[in-house]
Amino acid sequence: MKKEQLSQLKKTALKVREHCIRMSGSGGAFTGSALSCTDLMVYLYGQFLSCDPGDPGRDYCFLSKGHAVPALYGTLAEMGILQKERLSAHLSTTDDIYWHPNKNIPGVEFHSGSLGHLLPVATGVALDCKLRGQGNRVAVILGDGELDEGSNWEACLLASAYKLDNLIIIIDRNRLQANKKTEELVPLEPLEAKFRAFGLVAETIGGHDFQEMDELFFRIPFQDHCPNVVIAETIRGKGVPSIESRADRWFCSFSDENVELIVKELYDTAAEAER
Amino acid sequence: MTTYQELLKDIALKDERVIVMTAENLASIRDITVALGSRFIDTGIAEQSLVGMAAGLALRGRIPVVHALSTFLTMRAFEFIRTDVGIGNLPVKLCGGVPGFLSEANGPTHQALEDIALMRIIPSMNIFCPSDEQELTLGLRQVLEHSAPFYIRLNHARAVIEHTQAFNIGEAEVVFDGDDITLLVYGMLFAEAVKARALLQAEGKNVRLLNMRTVKPVDEEAIIASALRTSLLVTIEDHFITGGLYSIVCEALIRRGINCKVLPIALENRWFKPALLPLVLEYEGFTGEKIAEKILKTYHGGRQYASSH
Repeated sequence: MKKEQLSQLKKTALKVREHCIRMSGSGGAFTGSALSCTDLMVYLYGQFLSCDPGDPGRDYCFLSKGHAVPALYGTLAEMGILQKERLSAHLSTTDDIYWHPNKNIPGVEFHSGSLGHLLPVATGVALDCKLRGQGNRVAVILGDGELDEGSNWEACLLASAYKLDNLIIIIDRNRLQANKKTEELVPLEPLEAKFRAFGLVAETIGGHDFQEMDELFFRIPFQDHCPNVVIAETIRGKGVPSIESRADRWFCSFSDENVELIVKELYDTAAEAER
Repeated sequence: MTTYQELLKDIALKDERVIVMTAENLASIRDITVALGSRFIDTGIAEQSLVGMAAGLALRGRIPVVHALSTFLTMRAFEFIRTDVGIGNLPVKLCGGVPGFLSEANGPTHQALEDIALMRIIPSMNIFCPSDEQELTLGLRQVLEHSAPFYIRLNHARAVIEHTQAFNIGEAEVVFDGDDITLLVYGMLFAEAVKARALLQAEGKNVRLLNMRTVKPVDEEAIIASALRTSLLVTIEDHFITGGLYSIVCEALIRRGINCKVLPIALENRWFKPALLPLVLEYEGFTGEKIAEKILKTYHGGRQYASSH
């Protein structure tokens, strides 16, 4: 990846994180979850996929962990697909922006919010692309806690049965569920081995490292006729140290004053990291 | 006042048959999980296995009290409820979180507006829809002790009126008497119905208010008595118009051959606009003021439909 590209992705991710924090004022949002997959969304939309909503040959990106929607809307806004002003109508009746994705919002491929739905849906979309001999790639982002739902594992069996190497399953592996660590509630490890046993090819990377993502994603398909799984090791609340990795920061509702403080914390943290 | 979780903890600690379960939703039971020890089970986000496991535990004599958001509990796990709990007639108590309007800004994926319709068609199932936390605790013991499965539409709202009438499964609470109009309501809209009644009284209408409590078994006698006494029945619910209280009331009237005008205040064939709760009520026309307005437009006094009674 070129230096300019890397610096552009970082800049975009910072703006998306700011949107996520601002959407957590007056009524709240699932801030921790959104910040966890912000870099993944920015990378997918900004570098890897080609998601022009009007293009039938576009790649698909589904957000199955729908509660992370501020990261999706923030990314769509920064990509120029969704008008930024609309984000400020969050939770009001003057627009259609609420706690889970709404298909009426430009760039949103399908609604979600009930966990364990979009991997089966993405499998159907990927299958049709194959049936028609079309080259669209189909990415779907899942939470790690979401893997508790059995429907995901049924879809893995099917994706494997239909040899969907155009399907890219991305696990936002922040190791936290709503209330607890995944490994303390329903352990998922060894996770890579589970997917491999189901006939998919799984690789693990750092989910906040654009270079690492780029090297891995451009090797997709990892293996002909096999669905792809990227386990992205992430941090819930990434970018804002005061909420990072905290189980109680899944959902945040900030006062207007706190929104400004947290946005400042975000930019200070980023500046510190650049030094 | 004893809260739902305090009471549930007390009951569970005295009765080892009780097992409290959840599919990773602690909203209603956050403070009691430790005290319950091994009789608290969190299955992770896996509603189907949650219900299937509850059936297995009930087969062994336990009383599982199962928690998940209403949509995921009653819809994702529907066939497990129907087939394992329902056909088995097992005493599994299904507690649905944020039903109806209480899902606020979550969007249609989280809007349980067909939960009552779905649960009531299962032959052995019963349904308790408390209007607030006080009523939830008032009915909890009876519901848990009952030998059949129950669906509880959880509601932790603060009571706007103290419920003094004893709780009995299948018996509506007559909150106010009156002989012009009857409001029939359950769950979180109770508070709005109380406001609507006050506004109607101020307009000179004499309004009866029935809090249905258990919509299955429903208090059919109270419905019939209201139809005979007042000329307009108004069903108020945060549920689709199909399969909820409006259907229940109409079915009861037709079964008994009674002709009475029924005005449904419910969601007609669409999901509601997701937003914060007060904005939802305003936008969708479910505030006390809007409910009273709708009723005044419909009510013209006197018996509008012929009835032999």
